[in-house]
Amino acid sequence: MTTAEAVPARPAALDPPYDYPGYHSTRLRAPKMQLRPIPPGLADKGGPVFGDGLLAREDHDLTLGHPGEPVGQRIIVTGRLRDSAGRPVRRQLVEIWQANAAGRYRHDLDRHPAPLDPNFTGVGRCLTDDDGNYRFVTVHPGAYPWKNHDNAWRPAHIHFSVFGTSFVERLVTQMYFPGDPLLVMDPIYQSIADRRAAELLVARFDMATTVESWALGYVFDIVLGGAVPTPVDG
Amino acid sequence: MSAPGHPAAPCRASSPRLPTPSQTAGPFVSLGTAWLADAGTVGETDPSAIVVAGSVLDGDERPVTDAMLEFWQAGAPGASLVGSSQSWSGLARALSGPDGRYRLVTVKPPALPGPQLQLQAPHIDVSIFARGLLQRLVTRIYFSDEEANQADPVLAGLASPDLRSRLVAQRSNADDPGSANGAPTYLFDVHLQGDRETVFFGPW
Repeated sequence: MTTAEAVPARPAALDPPYDYPGYHSTRLRAPKMQLRPIPPGLADKGGPVFGDGLLAREDHDLTLGHPGEPVGQRIIVTGRLRDSAGRPVRRQLVEIWQANAAGRYRHDLDRHPAPLDPNFTGVGRCLTDDDGNYRFVTVHPGAYPWKNHDNAWRPAHIHFSVFGTSFVERLVTQMYFPGDPLLVMDPIYQSIADRRAAELLVARFDMATTVESWALGYVFDIVLGGAVPTPVDG
Repeated sequence: MSAPGHPAAPCRASSPRLPTPSQTAGPFVSLGTAWLADAGTVGETDPSAIVVAGSVLDGDERPVTDAMLEFWQAGAPGASLVGSSQSWSGLARALSGPDGRYRLVTVKPPALPGPQLQLQAPHIDVSIFARGLLQRLVTRIYFSDEEANQADPVLAGLASPDLRSRLVAQRSNADDPGSANGAPTYLFDVHLQGDRETVFFGPW
């Protein structure tokens, strides 16, 4: 057995800062004190192991489970979950949540006066397969207004929550759609200073994933990073 | 292989890649994560159950009503929803409510050796996700009735007793009224900012 030591390997500029004035909700929530060094052993602490029994077979298909089909453009969102060395992350939990096609969340606190869809909850989950692949069927979420600044609209997005094989790889992020004109003025997306990193959040339209006469396909690959445990010799 | 922190080469099948950046979980995080929340790592009536409870507060000391907290710990037997791996044995989630309060039912973890065989006092690692947090926040809960806190390397690394106390959940004198079997209750508030700002770890 090798001992391991955490080495921060995630380039600092890639993740957004806690304090980002353009996103007003950070003002009272971003910590002001300097972060303390990661406790020994925490970075490479193992992740949870999820069993098949946790999920129902249809949990990956957000268009099922209601009396009818949801309104909107049916889409497939698929991709591979990998670690920073390119290895597939197998049998790990991927959770998504999103607004409906009209830009409304099925949530008590969403006050946007757009219609709810009785056939859409907007919540899905699945485990990655042995190659790290996941796949969801859903509808294209609508953009929606928010109160951050005048005439502010969030670009269409899907929230992703992903587990890796260690504590450090835990990731919650958002997937965006290619060509969305709202991205350039969205402070949440723009909070990522590094353009290459930000563009990793934009899914790729993919004809190979698209299913004839049924659904458009998007590919969103996820790479888990963070403080990477580096094996120490001896 | 490139050094840690070195920008990754353009994506190729087996080359190191740029990690996908974080984004906020947003105000509706409960929509996607509630299904796994509030289950605890043991049942409420388990004789070894403890309760960890508190509030999440913002820089104006107002309740954060839309946070999702994740607890990773050792020693939680038979987690009902998820299995365990060699170095991990318990994951639980809690959502903060309209009053900013959260509540976790679990067992007290054992003291565990760290990587350098230095004993770490019993603790629970916590990730906090919410609107206004572009990345998760990570903190750690220790327990006020543990002698082992005195020798814990993480607590020892904090300069003042005041800072150390911010990582220690206080054993409540009154048993938690919400607990069926009078489980010991520990109180731990999360202050995102302010005079009592919680100690957070990173960067991740």
